[in-house]
Amino acid sequence: MNIVVCVKQVPDTWSERTLRASDNTLDRDAADAVINELDEYAVEEGLRLAEAHGGEVTILSMGPERAAEAIRKALSMGADKAVHLLDDGLAGSDALGTSAAIAQALRRIGFDLVICGSESTDARTGVLPAMLAERLGVPQLTLASKVEIDGDAITVHRLAEYGYDTVAATLPAVLSVVEKINEPRYPSFKGIMAAKKKPVETLGLADLGIDPAQVGAAGAATEVLSFARRPPKQAGTIVTDDGDGGIKAADFLAERKFI
Amino acid sequence: MTEILVLADHAGESVKKVTFELVTLARRFGEPAVAWAGAGAQAAQARLAEFGAAKVYAAEGPEFDDYVVAPKAELLAELARRAAPAAVLVPGTPEGREVAGRLAVKTGWGLLTDVTGLRDEFVADQPIFGGAINVTSRVRTGTPIIAVRPNAITPEPAPGQAVIEPVAVTVSDAAKLARVTGRVVQERSARPELTEASVVVSAGRGVGSAENMALIERLADRLGAAVGASRAVTDAGWYPHQFQVGQTGKTVSPQLYVAIGISGAIQHRAGMQTSKTIMVVNKDPEAPIFELADFGVVGDLFKVVPQLIEEIEKRSG
Repeated sequence: MNIVVCVKQVPDTWSERTLRASDNTLDRDAADAVINELDEYAVEEGLRLAEAHGGEVTILSMGPERAAEAIRKALSMGADKAVHLLDDGLAGSDALGTSAAIAQALRRIGFDLVICGSESTDARTGVLPAMLAERLGVPQLTLASKVEIDGDAITVHRLAEYGYDTVAATLPAVLSVVEKINEPRYPSFKGIMAAKKKPVETLGLADLGIDPAQVGAAGAATEVLSFARRPPKQAGTIVTDDGDGGIKAADFLAERKFI
Repeated sequence: MTEILVLADHAGESVKKVTFELVTLARRFGEPAVAWAGAGAQAAQARLAEFGAAKVYAAEGPEFDDYVVAPKAELLAELARRAAPAAVLVPGTPEGREVAGRLAVKTGWGLLTDVTGLRDEFVADQPIFGGAINVTSRVRTGTPIIAVRPNAITPEPAPGQAVIEPVAVTVSDAAKLARVTGRVVQERSARPELTEASVVVSAGRGVGSAENMALIERLADRLGAAVGASRAVTDAGWYPHQFQVGQTGKTVSPQLYVAIGISGAIQHRAGMQTSKTIMVVNKDPEAPIFELADFGVVGDLFKVVPQLIEEIEKRSG
């Protein structure tokens, strides 16, 4: 089975995240960069499925030079090879442009199963997997908390507000996973060393035949007009419980008309 | 008057609150026309009228429940083609966003997600990075597709006709690739849904065990609240995963958020810091969650919470 896992490098939630005043895009230099957390679950699921059913796991990532770090992390977990979608013309892409570029890369690579994290911790749009399924004309198996494959039949549990739906389809398909699905492995020392030798192919817009006018900031169908830090919250009232903490809390709720 | 197309979120004939929020928002820009996929439109008509819906496009048919997301995107694309709305509003739920994503690909129109407000010309307010930064943005290509965060808009009644217009949409085979074969309903409590609730009571590591979640539930029930949990709690298996609030869980912005035994790691704050009022109970005065608190009690939750419950009961007579 040919499995492609999409990973994104994102600014670390624990570091200071901000936008650049010059073009209202993410200031990548201001923050530490890590592999998107949910994408680790996607890599893990890809590895488990390949271990169970045979096949190869390819990592696909779109991003600047630095995204190579996220790719190495995924390779050190055990993926076989990677494709880095790297082109200055992709900078500033919105979800539509990103999905167009990634879908084109997926067509080039070929796949039985595409696996994504269900959303990234930076933009948090959560739309990319559905957009990929739409563009590629394959089943959308998103928000999966469990996956089973039998031949070319695939069944997932799709997370819902009330519990889950069971969803069935035939491969090839696009899968997105939620964190409940597994526990990602830590790269072993051996894995980290091996990752350094694994092949990483770099593809640009010209290689994929993507029209530069469709992607990047110029091709984006949306734009950020302005941004501002959320004003700091006014300091609240903090009391120490002297045996009447619950009463004081009730007073506060009453004053705000919650009780 | 121009139509604003609104995708209804509903379970059968029961309309989700976010639908009323979207209709309320739509009224400011034009005539709200609700796109209703599946059964139940007739029964929901009166409720939709109460919030000022002008029209309800009712697309009956089992396809909308039997296949994942794609049929709803086809319906919206077809309605948008016929009615040429000024904007398409969808619920910012995981499924609503997916419908919007597919619609954006079909049409080439720009999509904005996690929108908490709309200004003139559909300029959108979006909190990003867990609410640390507020962004204004707009769609510059095509008709704006806007996914609105649940609970960001206060639904306000206004008279409407909610005229039902049956629409026949033939769902293509391409939209029937992911078939729903079963529906498993878990933990069907009487509590409001987490992302819809106007009050949320959440527990963190300090709660200590699955059994102690009963205390949190008791407080939630006194306040008519939904129960949430930090990742520490769901990872430990003390409470089901779907109740997790935070970056890898749900984002909530209720009128009141009560954080109990939660330290307030940035991961958690990302899911709740846009709540209007925040109350905190934690024994560690240094816990970062206190920075967000409108009111905080430094103390043992197993003393403070039972006393709070007792006090609420006393006052409600």
